[in-house]
Amino acid sequence: MNKILAYTIAVIVMALVTYIPRALPLTLFTKQIKSRFIRSFLYYVPYAVLASLTFPAIFYCTDNPVAALVGTIVALVLAFFKGSLVLVAAGAVLSIFIVNLL
Amino acid sequence: MFQTTEAGEFKDGFKKGIPIGVGYLAVSFTFGIWAVEGGVPIWMAIVISLSNLTSAGQFAGTGLMVAGASLFEIGLSVFVINIRYMLMSLALTQKLRPGTKFIQKLIFGFGVTDEVFAIASTREREVTAHYMYGLISTPIIGWTLGTALGAITGSILPERLADAMGIALYAMFIAIIVPPAKKSLPILGAILISIAITCALKYIPVFSFITDGFAMIIATIAASAVMAAIAPVNEAKENKEAESPSYEGGSV
Repeated sequence: MNKILAYTIAVIVMALVTYIPRALPLTLFTKQIKSRFIRSFLYYVPYAVLASLTFPAIFYCTDNPVAALVGTIVALVLAFFKGSLVLVAAGAVLSIFIVNLL
Repeated sequence: MFQTTEAGEFKDGFKKGIPIGVGYLAVSFTFGIWAVEGGVPIWMAIVISLSNLTSAGQFAGTGLMVAGASLFEIGLSVFVINIRYMLMSLALTQKLRPGTKFIQKLIFGFGVTDEVFAIASTREREVTAHYMYGLISTPIIGWTLGTALGAITGSILPERLADAMGIALYAMFIAIIVPPAKKSLPILGAILISIAITCALKYIPVFSFITDGFAMIIATIAASAVMAAIAPVNEAKENKEAESPSYEGGSV
């Protein structure tokens, strides 16, 4: 099979398995969930997901582990003082760039 | 009942989406560079970002695609990484204005990314379709435009800078979770438990058969369930009608 055709089919599959998990629950669940446990569970989900996606993966984001550690600390400190998304991301990128220059 | 107009809601969402879109520029820039280096045509890298609009899933899927993996393997891996969106969309249904139309949900559902969800779910008021349309606009543009710029200019960018940009995605996640964790001990608890489980599944050899995607799902469900059991959210805090100034979700 032609490479471009194979890639195109793969991209369509990827798009579908990304869209379906997003759209399906939105359209299926129209009622308020009564269970306090489930409501609380859903309240914590975003924080748990993002934490799991970030740690420990962030320590492997660049070949130099020291640079990755410095970048992580810079991101945590900037975020702690309520830096914006852009500031935190730019600060972390810049700190890795600088460490790698040293 | 809070009075809102569709235009006002769109504008409010649009404003909240701008920082996400700008952050996406940097992250999708690295995707563009990386995809083209792997042999993906420039136009296709752009189509991947526009049609997938996701970070972890499309990085993994594109990597497998370039490596010649089967469609089944690509589809399953991307799906597993994206199961978290089911939990997010489910949580979002509880925040939506009653009466939001089916077709509206199909449209803005496309744009429910981690960051979009974080902003929408921590809004003090209920969420409307027009707020969501506004919120997802800049992220879609930023994600696609950044990919295009990275794919086209990647080869002339200094390698050191391209390498340093790999942290942008994670730094953005940190910017979303740290401010609310500072204010709420249970949120901090959910974060720490989730990280502990993720690390355990990754580093303890007996669990080595568990892929990263499944480890994330297990960690998320376990951490959220534990915190829901020991620190259930009180009704006032999650009540959409009560515009409590002491809301713990935090502003990002």
